[in-house]
Amino acid sequence: MSDIDTLGHDTANVAFRQVGKPLTRTDAPGKAVGKTRYAGDHTMPGMLHAKVVRADMASARLVRLDVSRARALPGVAVVLTAAEMSDRTSATDIPGQTGRQRLKTNQQILVREQVRYYGEPLALIAAETPDIAEEAARLITFELEPVPGIYTPEDGLKPDAPVIQGTDNVVSEYRIRKGDVDAGFAEADVIVERTYKTPFQEHAFLEPEAGLAWVDENEVINIRVCTQVIEHFRAIADAVGVPHNKVRIMGSLVGGGFGGKEDITVEVYLALLTKATGRPVRLEFSREDSFVGHGKRHPFTITHRTGVTRDGRITALDVQILGDAGAYVYLSPYVLLYCVVNAPGPYRVDNLTVRGRAVATNNMYTSAFRGFGGLQACAAYEQQMDEVANAIGMDRLEFRRRNFLKTGEPMATGFVPPSAIWTDRCAEAAWAALGEPTPSPAPHIRIGRGIGCSQQSYGRLTFLHDTSEAWVGAEMDGTVVVRSGVTDIGAGQASALGQIAAELLGVTLDNVVVYNSDSAVTPLAGTTTATRALYMTGNAARLAATAVRERLVARAAQEFEVAPENINLGDNRAFVIDDPERAMPFRDLIAICASEGIHRSELSIFRAPFTDMLDPETGQGQAHPDYAYGAHAIEVAVDIETGEVTILKSIAAHDVGQCINRAAVEGQIDGGAQNGQGYALSEELLFDEGRLLTPSFAEYLTPTAMDVPRVEHIIFESRSGLGPFGAKGVGEPAMTPVAPAIANAVADAIGVRVFEMPITPERVVDALADARG
Amino acid sequence: MSNERKITLTVNGSSRTMVVPAHRTLLEALRDAGHYDVKRGCEKGDCGACAVLVDGVAVDSCLTLAATVEGHEITTLAGLGDRESPHPLQQTFMDTGAVQCGYCTPGIIIAARDLLSRNPDPDEDAIRLALSGNLCRCTGYGKIFEAVEQAAALLREERAEA
Repeated sequence: MSDIDTLGHDTANVAFRQVGKPLTRTDAPGKAVGKTRYAGDHTMPGMLHAKVVRADMASARLVRLDVSRARALPGVAVVLTAAEMSDRTSATDIPGQTGRQRLKTNQQILVREQVRYYGEPLALIAAETPDIAEEAARLITFELEPVPGIYTPEDGLKPDAPVIQGTDNVVSEYRIRKGDVDAGFAEADVIVERTYKTPFQEHAFLEPEAGLAWVDENEVINIRVCTQVIEHFRAIADAVGVPHNKVRIMGSLVGGGFGGKEDITVEVYLALLTKATGRPVRLEFSREDSFVGHGKRHPFTITHRTGVTRDGRITALDVQILGDAGAYVYLSPYVLLYCVVNAPGPYRVDNLTVRGRAVATNNMYTSAFRGFGGLQACAAYEQQMDEVANAIGMDRLEFRRRNFLKTGEPMATGFVPPSAIWTDRCAEAAWAALGEPTPSPAPHIRIGRGIGCSQQSYGRLTFLHDTSEAWVGAEMDGTVVVRSGVTDIGAGQASALGQIAAELLGVTLDNVVVYNSDSAVTPLAGTTTATRALYMTGNAARLAATAVRERLVARAAQEFEVAPENINLGDNRAFVIDDPERAMPFRDLIAICASEGIHRSELSIFRAPFTDMLDPETGQGQAHPDYAYGAHAIEVAVDIETGEVTILKSIAAHDVGQCINRAAVEGQIDGGAQNGQGYALSEELLFDEGRLLTPSFAEYLTPTAMDVPRVEHIIFESRSGLGPFGAKGVGEPAMTPVAPAIANAVADAIGVRVFEMPITPERVVDALADARG
Repeated sequence: MSNERKITLTVNGSSRTMVVPAHRTLLEALRDAGHYDVKRGCEKGDCGACAVLVDGVAVDSCLTLAATVEGHEITTLAGLGDRESPHPLQQTFMDTGAVQCGYCTPGIIIAARDLLSRNPDPDEDAIRLALSGNLCRCTGYGKIFEAVEQAAALLREERAEA
């Protein structure tokens, strides 16, 4: 581990009494005994119940919309259509805070003339009861005139294609140009070209979108909602036409996000309805609403053309990426950018060209999803690594060994990640942990193994100039409070802040309460997206707690008449390091500070590195603060008669920098493995001309308790990350390498590759039949 | 309305009387009565988040009409224990990291409680089968299996001591 020791790290004099342990999260007890209130669990006296009426075609002109009978229904408070908000639009890009120029891709909130995707909202209803709202929805009639649509990005690029966004449907394009690709291909002994297809994916969080909004005595629109981004309050204010300080968003503990609660969903409808009626309004999406009411993971078609020498050196790589942006822009440009900068993966490629395009279609709009383009890139580059290794007859791990990017080396954009690059040790450890191959129980059951190695950023794009704030303070009785706007979407984001404060102030976690996720009251912390919560807000909490700690240590040093360096805080007390019997309870130290007016709290801001956008011609520069590296190894059994794939072994190895809560890290890894398994094997959103055919969990098959293996966790701690105590982040990285590892294992088992995910039994059987001719 | 019925049932040990339309599901009736620990996930019986015990047997409350359980005994997650005195399943779920976002937790603990009442020493296959009607998206189920195994052991110890 010596290669990163020299990086050094700013850690306080802490003994890790809290950090790194598998502690019970602060939010777990309430959830386990049924006390936690989610966004859909709040009511108010006199509240109305809302419903969204949606278009049932993907590409159409709205000829007629008649809401008169619905408005006349007793118990209906309001029905809103585009006619009531002709100048209103809603932002779709760059969630949350950033002072930087946005893409200005605002869109209609309700359909004005053109329907661009199946389920696009036509009208909003608020009524006295849910039953009346349902009845009102049935009384709304509309006429849609079909217009020709686009359902694949390839079709969207055709010269005569109908235009859905911009001037030519290309919502975004990025390139990387590095070295001399022609010379690199000329130098190659073998050139391997393959095309990989990745699918749409639904987040499938268990909690459908829900919220409750009301206007208070100061005319502030309050919205209690499940969201990853409370800082949408600005965009909501713009959308409904009030100043930014007149919208307050209170996030609840979120019942799963995965990127699917990153964009605005129910909150804009709630704001409009409560503003229109002056009454509290509640809106809960049904599961079908949820399926059509938030963006999906982008399908990508990715072609790799790799030049390689017989001894396994990559001499050139060209990557072409085509993504389905769906009907509205949302975060497509950023997802595409992640895919482009990660296109070659954690490998040294000196001669590289990448071209990525995201194209509008009349499919469901696509936006953030755990992995955010970096994951789709990995699905392609890791399958390509196997294809190239096979083409030159080299062991698949050995081929990777010869090309792994090492600590201190530049990635595709020329940027040198500042932390350890431990892909090699992750890959070796995961592969070794597979152990002896499982014997095949029958001739038609084939056993195969695969590995996926990954590079995934943590922290937002650096040209967004990301910041995060946290407040840490001690109450008079020695208990500790953390205040931060961070949203907790189920991974323990709030609890981790508590642990960091507890560690630095030397108290136990049960003495800390974290108040989070209120845009009006808690310091703004940014989004819970992009594997940034621990890195950004964790650092803000670290800075704030460190500042308080320094004042407390100084005062304790005065009390004990020793140097501050000789004081530590731990186990709810302050003590002299070289004479630990000399100690005082933490609460007594706080009481002294309070009586002397010593500031017992601190508000801190943490700033990520700020950069310009990548060079538009060459794609060179810094895109992210840093990257996390890991590997996932898989063993499968494939039934070649039915095409069924069973995962036998699943080993995850990740360098997380530093565990803050080991149980939470393992939990992220387990969840990532499951999410990646569904993506690789079973989850399929089927569309018929943009109409979603699979809007339920009976049709859209996420892995159940019957389907998943138990995952083995190998956790490396390089302590080299930019997060608190050297942490990186594991939310997205845990999922990124899983699907290609499975795909590689299936290909290894049956001797042919299924180039399109999900690798369903039908596709396996078809691939075997094609191979037989 | 004419189709409304007055029903009495027992929820977590307390008698509750509710006036419900004939089409009202047990899920809606319980949530309307303030039992927010019963979660609404799909309303189609696909996800199991709304599971409750009816006379000790786990059912999806979204597929059960409230009027059909008149006089029966309903137990929700909150009826199993509280923070001061958690049920062994609640304790092991919080300790092992089996709770992440927590939205599937009520239904999963209820399904596990049903399993352990029938089978005090389930193997992993039995646990998987018992939880196969409950979707979880955060945990990958691994720590949930651990929590159920540990709770089963705790309950067996309790029984041995009794």
